[in-house]
Amino acid sequence: MNALISGIPSVYFLALAGILFSIGLVGVLIRRNAVIIFMSVELILNAVNLVFVTFSKTLLNVSGEVIVFFVMAIAACEAAIGLALVIAIFRQNKSSNVDELQSLKW
Amino acid sequence: MLDLIYLVVLFPLIGFLHNAFLMKRIPHRFAGAIGTLAVLIPFLITLQIFFEFKPMERTFPHIVTLFPWIHIGNFHLDIAYQVDQLSLYMALVITGIGSLIHLYSMGYMKGDSGYVRFFAYLNLFVFSMLNLVLSDNLVLTFLGWEGVGLCSYLLIGFEYEKNSAAAAGMKAFVLNRIGDLGFILGSGFLFWLTGSLKYSEIQTLVPGIAHFADYTDLIALFFFIAAMGKSAQVPLYVWLPDAMAGPTPVSALIHAATMVTAGIFLIARLSIVFMAAPHTSLLIASVGAFTALFAASIGTLQTDIKKILAYSTVSQLGFMFLAMGVGSYVAGLFHLMTHAFFKALLFLGAGSVIHILHHEQNIRKMGSLFSKAKITSITFLLGTLAIAGIPPFSGFFSKDLILEKTFQYPIYGTFLWTVGILAAFFTAFYMFRLVFVVFFGTDRTDTHGKKIHESPLTMTLPLLLLAIGASIVGFLQTPHFFLHIHTLESYFEPILFPGKVYANTVGSAVTLQALGEGDDLKLAGFAILMSLFGIGLAGFLYTDRNVEVKEEHSGFRKILFHKYYVDEIYDFLFVRPFVSISKIIAFTIDRYAIDGFFTGIARVLQGLAGILRRFQTGFVGDYALYITLGSFFILLFLLVKGV
Repeated sequence: MNALISGIPSVYFLALAGILFSIGLVGVLIRRNAVIIFMSVELILNAVNLVFVTFSKTLLNVSGEVIVFFVMAIAACEAAIGLALVIAIFRQNKSSNVDELQSLKW
Repeated sequence: MLDLIYLVVLFPLIGFLHNAFLMKRIPHRFAGAIGTLAVLIPFLITLQIFFEFKPMERTFPHIVTLFPWIHIGNFHLDIAYQVDQLSLYMALVITGIGSLIHLYSMGYMKGDSGYVRFFAYLNLFVFSMLNLVLSDNLVLTFLGWEGVGLCSYLLIGFEYEKNSAAAAGMKAFVLNRIGDLGFILGSGFLFWLTGSLKYSEIQTLVPGIAHFADYTDLIALFFFIAAMGKSAQVPLYVWLPDAMAGPTPVSALIHAATMVTAGIFLIARLSIVFMAAPHTSLLIASVGAFTALFAASIGTLQTDIKKILAYSTVSQLGFMFLAMGVGSYVAGLFHLMTHAFFKALLFLGAGSVIHILHHEQNIRKMGSLFSKAKITSITFLLGTLAIAGIPPFSGFFSKDLILEKTFQYPIYGTFLWTVGILAAFFTAFYMFRLVFVVFFGTDRTDTHGKKIHESPLTMTLPLLLLAIGASIVGFLQTPHFFLHIHTLESYFEPILFPGKVYANTVGSAVTLQALGEGDDLKLAGFAILMSLFGIGLAGFLYTDRNVEVKEEHSGFRKILFHKYYVDEIYDFLFVRPFVSISKIIAFTIDRYAIDGFFTGIARVLQGLAGILRRFQTGFVGDYALYITLGSFFILLFLLVKGV
């Protein structure tokens, strides 16, 4: 992985993606506010996008970049539905704290 | 017309179905009429078939196959009925006396809330019994055999709200199961040896099987055990006295015409096996003689009018088995029929007495009924004369034949004869004790102001007809010093002939000892003298004296009064240990070992579930954590191990 992208070794990009991913993951796991969890999920998705772009450039294959567009589209949809859900739940519970949502448990 | 034999079985079935399913919707009178007709019509059909069959000339049976039943490989069994001398004889007794009992029941059961149910059971009973005797194979006979067992349970426990009646029903059922085991084992052995369960095939196959003679004693023993249960022989007789808990017509039907004679019938049907089984035959004769004396002695001190008759039945069945045992099948079957007449008469007479006295069964509270109920009294007296063996009433001829043949029997014949004659003496004694106490002497009746009047016509008519029968049927077979009629002997010849031939060829036939000139007359005279002596003793003890009212019994009388404590002994030997074992199994082994094992499995699973449910928090974050950790460890594993 010593290929350069704009003069920067691609491993830097991958490391950044890893860091972003870890921040996002920790955010999903430890934060309690549904909106912030969403933002963390976006962070994870972006980390993945970065990996795709990096490899697309390195391997000179455009399909990675194409998939990035799909991911962005799906992320947009997810955000739309997710935020709608959060608003609905907030109306119901007067809270967006996910710890108060445990109706999955019987 | 011979092919119409199936109608004989069909009518009682229709009667049963009709009364059973329309129970709530039909008026009583109608149900009774249907029930009675369902037995009377078969009687008429049987009679017609009887004359058409020409039993005195024909030597082979007529078999009517209704429809195929069990066809497996080479094994064929059909729902088929066999018309021959024996089955016609039995069917005539069952339907003839049965229809009189049904007619009687119409009067006796009047006003009973279970009237329709009663007639349904009775019809089912007759249906089963007819299947038993008409069947052409052992399996259908067994179905009938079980059917009468079931019906006796239902009928004895007819008044199921009374605990005693329900218990008596169960007792009859359970004791009969012991006999059934014998039946099944016997059938199994027969099938194993001959490969067939059809009577006609067994009869033709047996002489060709080389080692069959080695097994005859064993097979005969199994079937005898079956007969002991149904026909109430020692030691399986205890259900029969308790069967008195059922309504009186039931006692008459079970005791006189049907169920208890099944054992005799079975022995006659399988005569080819029994005649070639000398050891079992001796056992049968011994058990029969012992039962005759044993039950007769108990009968002498009972106070319940029906119980006396019940022990009398056990005793008379003993006589029949004695006859079968000494190889005089004709005498056994002859006594079966005469007994059917006079015992049905006596039971129905007793029912009439009970009816007249408003459900009083204790003979100590009866007396001088003769002047109040003439028909009942006279017919009852005729029945008593018949059972006591006073000529020319039927019982004399059959009992005399049995005793004569017993006397001629080479092995212990004289001893068995002595036991028989003692039993006959006791019979005369206890029956006339009953007559003297109930119909003569002091009036001890207490009817609480209710009027005493003769029973209705539906009840007295059967009594009259049965009394005529009980008086005259003896003339079917008489000793040679008296008219010398041998109708029954030649009648049964075709049935018994193959057995005789087989027994002769395998060398197990017993030759009866010849009687000297005039010896049979002496034997008969002695038997009559013993009976008269019994009657005289009863008259001496029980007329114009109130000995009977004395409640206290001591010494041997006490043992007799308590029926030799047989019920208590059985209770101690079988019932209580069984109950204790059952309790241990139910409350220790079942509760702790078996229940423990299964609840143990449940507990373990519950514990596992308790651990697993902690992971199911319902928090999305927790699930995300598990997914993360899971993915992490999988990736770690892949990294370490290499893809």
